[in-house]
Amino acid sequence: MATLSERILGGLAGTYVDVRVDRAFAHDGTGVLAKEAWCNMGCEKVRDPGRTYIFFDHIAPANNSTTATLQAELRAFARERRLNFSEIGEGICHQLLAEGIVLPGEVVVGADSHTCTLGAFGAFATGVGATDMAAIWASGETWFRVPETIAIRLTGSLTGAAEPKDLALAYVRDLGMDGANYHALEFIGAGAAGIPMAGRLTCSNMAVEAGAKAGLFYADRETVGYLAGFGIQAAPHVPEDCTYSKELDIDLTDLQPLIASGHRVDRVQEVAGMAGMPVDQVFIGTCTNGRLPDLERLARVLRGKKVRVRTIVVPASRRTLAEATRTGIVETLLAAGCIVGVPGCGPCLGAHMGVLGEGEVCLSTANRNFTNRMGVGGEILLSSVATAGASALRGEITVPEAADVR
Amino acid sequence: MYGEGRAVCVGRDMDTDRIIAGRYLRTKDRSLWAAHVFEDLDPTLANRLKGTVVIAGSNMGCGSSREQAAIALKEAGVVAVIAPTFARIFFRNAINIGLPLVECPLSCREGAWVRFNLEEGWAEVDGQRCTARPLSPKMLEILRAGGLVPYWRNRR
Repeated sequence: MATLSERILGGLAGTYVDVRVDRAFAHDGTGVLAKEAWCNMGCEKVRDPGRTYIFFDHIAPANNSTTATLQAELRAFARERRLNFSEIGEGICHQLLAEGIVLPGEVVVGADSHTCTLGAFGAFATGVGATDMAAIWASGETWFRVPETIAIRLTGSLTGAAEPKDLALAYVRDLGMDGANYHALEFIGAGAAGIPMAGRLTCSNMAVEAGAKAGLFYADRETVGYLAGFGIQAAPHVPEDCTYSKELDIDLTDLQPLIASGHRVDRVQEVAGMAGMPVDQVFIGTCTNGRLPDLERLARVLRGKKVRVRTIVVPASRRTLAEATRTGIVETLLAAGCIVGVPGCGPCLGAHMGVLGEGEVCLSTANRNFTNRMGVGGEILLSSVATAGASALRGEITVPEAADVR
Repeated sequence: MYGEGRAVCVGRDMDTDRIIAGRYLRTKDRSLWAAHVFEDLDPTLANRLKGTVVIAGSNMGCGSSREQAAIALKEAGVVAVIAPTFARIFFRNAINIGLPLVECPLSCREGAWVRFNLEEGWAEVDGQRCTARPLSPKMLEILRAGGLVPYWRNRR
């Protein structure tokens, strides 16, 4: 009788375990430091290059020659060591690993805090820093304290214009920014089963915003069906009774479109409470909300209309962009006045392609609104795709209507 | 491991963006991170950190996995960081780069003399003592070695 994390890590909550890492990855942001630590450790080889990945997504393409030079060093390292390497423009690490790589039951460790995204597959996926990653490159293993688990029990189904992002904002609000510190989250109940993979990725993605180490869904028919689309046969998990340290009940039917402000991810209110506030930029994308169903939803909101503020759309991967192009979504977005950018993290971390000026406000579908993150003196508000789209059309915070997204 | 220093107080939920902003990350120059640590919180703080113990509120180091946050503090001369709770990635990063952390609640008075002992698991300021959550034997070993890189090199 164990939680999903206990089953995957092979130990009871509170114990320390050494585990083999099934997928280890870093990106252009963290890989440089990991490579430096690995070299300083005096290592001769990467233990398991076939399970090791380097993604260029954070400042891709490079914003200046310093970045480009650091990237060139890391690229050369990845090639020399025969690591799986993903070039600029391929997309965001967490999305590419969700395109037929990560499987249920795996241990996934990334040098990026949003590695918890991959918990959507029923994998134990968590973020570490660069030196931990270097040790994994060297040994193929790492240590964990097996976390206690908080259950988020979901009932009902989403109605109106609410979407999985609103669920993510709701549980971060309810738990607080450190409410799940050192814990794993498990999304359970009939409501969880009804959320499609893209929405599960959105929910798992924000687990770290409540301090959680991981955010897991049980692999079920939805997971198996999604992976079958990539030609992969996977088995669903068989849930067991287990002990949770805490349970949080959320009825999806009651959820309204939500928005986070005040430089805190847990300072969440209904969009209606901020309606009418002008915004300078709208950003749709990131590892939270840059997937095909997100862009489809945005296109439904914007079809045949024009945005009133600069609206930056960054698909999460090349596959997403290709599919959005093939199905006419990109054409709809361009006709509505959006800018469509290179697949990757875009302006989320304030490095390039949409940095804010002093006093500017950006409504973003990303996961973090920390002070100055997208530019000194700028403010970030976090919302769903539907809220972002509806607000782009008016140039001010706008409550999306159910009719907008149908 | 015993240590001491003057207290510098920072608030709760101190995110990694405020410890070291994303705009300073694209370099391998550690002194640059030290020079800009806590810049968005207080631009004068970086110069005053040498020999200090940072006492933070809960959830210290939340946010991104950037190890530069812990490195910036260590490079700026911070002796240790004390907080009631740490965000877990920052916690691991600090241990891995050899920056001592003490996990216990301590009310902070700017400039007060702080003492701590990691093996015995306590920290003390103005005669007020708190008992720390113990570090695992492995974490203590890594800290004693000066971080995961030297720990790893010694093991080989």
